[in-house]
Amino acid sequence: MLTLEALHLRQDTFSLQAELTAARGQIIAVMGPSGAGKSTLLSALGGFLIPQAGRIYWDGTDITYTPPAARPMAMVFQDNNLFVHLSAWQNVALGLRPNMRLDARQRAQVASALARVGLSDMAHRKPAQLSGGQQGRVALARVLVQSRPILLLDEPFAALGPALRAEMLDLVAELARDLDALVLMVTHLPEDAARIADQIILVAEGQAHPPQEAQSLLDDPPPALRAYLG
Amino acid sequence: MADRSGPISARPHWAGLLAAALLLALGLGSLGAVLVWAGGFGALSNADFAALRFTLIQALLSALLSCVLAVPLARALARRHFVMRGLWVTLLGAPFILPVIVAVMGLLVIFGRAGVVNMLSGFWNGPQISIYGLSGVVLAHVFFNLPLVTRMLLHGWLAIPAEQFRLADSLAFTPRDRFRLIEWPMLRGLMPGAFALVFLICTTSFAVALILGGGPKATTVELAIYQAFRFEFDLGHAAILAVLQIALGLAAALWAYGARAPRDVAQGLDRTRILLAPAGLPARLLDGVILGAASLFIIGPMVAIVLNGVAGLGDLTSSLWPAILRSMAVAMAAMLITLALAVALSAAITARPKLAWLFEGIIYMMLAVSPLVIGTGLFLLIFPVIDPVSVALPITALINAALALPFVVQVILPAYRQSEARFGRLADQLGLSGVDRLRWVILPRLSRPLGFGAGLAAALSIGDLGVVALFADPSQPTLPLYTYQLMGAYRTDAAAGAALVLLGLTLATFWLFDKGGRTYADT
Repeated sequence: MLTLEALHLRQDTFSLQAELTAARGQIIAVMGPSGAGKSTLLSALGGFLIPQAGRIYWDGTDITYTPPAARPMAMVFQDNNLFVHLSAWQNVALGLRPNMRLDARQRAQVASALARVGLSDMAHRKPAQLSGGQQGRVALARVLVQSRPILLLDEPFAALGPALRAEMLDLVAELARDLDALVLMVTHLPEDAARIADQIILVAEGQAHPPQEAQSLLDDPPPALRAYLG
Repeated sequence: MADRSGPISARPHWAGLLAAALLLALGLGSLGAVLVWAGGFGALSNADFAALRFTLIQALLSALLSCVLAVPLARALARRHFVMRGLWVTLLGAPFILPVIVAVMGLLVIFGRAGVVNMLSGFWNGPQISIYGLSGVVLAHVFFNLPLVTRMLLHGWLAIPAEQFRLADSLAFTPRDRFRLIEWPMLRGLMPGAFALVFLICTTSFAVALILGGGPKATTVELAIYQAFRFEFDLGHAAILAVLQIALGLAAALWAYGARAPRDVAQGLDRTRILLAPAGLPARLLDGVILGAASLFIIGPMVAIVLNGVAGLGDLTSSLWPAILRSMAVAMAAMLITLALAVALSAAITARPKLAWLFEGIIYMMLAVSPLVIGTGLFLLIFPVIDPVSVALPITALINAALALPFVVQVILPAYRQSEARFGRLADQLGLSGVDRLRWVILPRLSRPLGFGAGLAAALSIGDLGVVALFADPSQPTLPLYTYQLMGAYRTDAAAGAALVLLGLTLATFWLFDKGGRTYADT
């Protein structure tokens, strides 16, 4: 169980309050107007922003000040998810050991993760030799070997076309099921949310609201969301 | 969203703190030792004040000439398109890594007593010039710094938006209007900094004065320290002179810092955009003459070294080889130390933006400290413990590393910042820290600037004739010191040969590292 307790984030003149809980196995879309603080919220969860006040707990453990790598989270960013000077295999391997010294079992893990996202025969390619969709798959293969209970996605497929994006979202949903992970995914597209999310956290007017049932929220949006969706 | 304000991962950055502490210890520690030894002020003689006066005059003249001459040269380069222009701009970077003794010997071939200029002048019964004393010191400093200032100004010219020149054309500006309204504001912004930087470099320059100066009329403070140390064996006198030099260097550095002196002197000028140039024949002729004269001045001495040196190669004895080995060993050690310090400090500056001013200030201080002052200080500190001569080479490497640092940081820091902005979070998320981060992120991302920086540090160290002259064993010289000894013994041909070897070694080393970095980056 992820618990945000009276969390207060500040950045320059911008501030955000959050008080909510979320559980393993849920896929939650984080939605709201631009500049409302969706990415800021994910940054704080990922350990890239020290909160002004409040606490973050995971299964009762306080992780408010835990460094990013020690958190129970894997993260896929908006861009720069792969080291462009390393091969797909190496990028995935870094998810297991930062020094890349893998034993036989770990090597098998990397191979099976790459197979799982359909990139077995491209393991030795560098990102520049992969398409946008394939690059996203490498990042997801790394998420798979990291095997963390929480998955944070910050609009990772925004640059992809609709069909490819749908394909990647389905892959995310499958991986989340495999890992029994809690997924928090920033998106500005209601169809993305509708496709895989069971719940939505609405971020608006300085507030991150507790998750609400996705379909009913989209069918009957409150004023803040309605203004955003148009 | 750019929210980089408070990463939890901010580690203490011990390496950066350690590097800064080492630099402070080098600077302040040697200063402290010198102060204790000097035992108060008041021991300065008239000759010392003459040295101070000479130092100021030659530095002011050198800065003035370098800046004034750089304006037409940079403008000609900015607006003319000619064959091998790229090579020309690259050559402007060469004097920066050219060993002082090599350049000075080249200048002697051209401007010396029996040099080309005097020969031509004698042929027409003209006057004879002397390169020793003030004119020689200023000439050599202009040789080193004119290209430096030209590169800075060329940067400035190329940074003026092309639209401004098009606008000027459409408004039928005269060349005077163009200069007054477009080019002068740019120059006014850059000139004070460039002037102050050259002034600073010239106040701490030692080898030029060692070779071309001397005597009551042409001794710099640095040279006076050397003489007090080496010939008078008067450590107290050397110490009080060192205090004088430090005051001078710090004042000049504060001035340069306040004037926002550009420090990216080692950066490449990849942009080749050519400005719209006035097409009239007089203007083209003028630019042609300027470029031709500058070519002779900058390339002439290098060509002279090659021509003279080839003949002298046969006069070299087998003691050349150990000198080469010593120089290379010192240069490799200095290069490694510089890179380690530069990476550690870049990491600390990037991770701790609030403390950046402190780190950058300490690095900048290395421009102001003179190698002879640090050398003197370290000598005073260690000679009660061990024979300083026995550690002359390691100390030379350390001091060379510290002196090259400001230039190398200037190359590495922007690339480091870029790499962190792009991959910092990903690396943090994956727990890449310490050696792992170095191995998998920093070295591959920074291989180009690291290669360039390594070449720069190694080249500067190979050619160094500063600390090593202060307390090396004369029977175990580095290559520049060996060359200087040959010169002093009037073995002119052998000296020219050694200078050619030194030139080749310096350029080859720089080229190899720079090329290595590029090659690695492209794989």
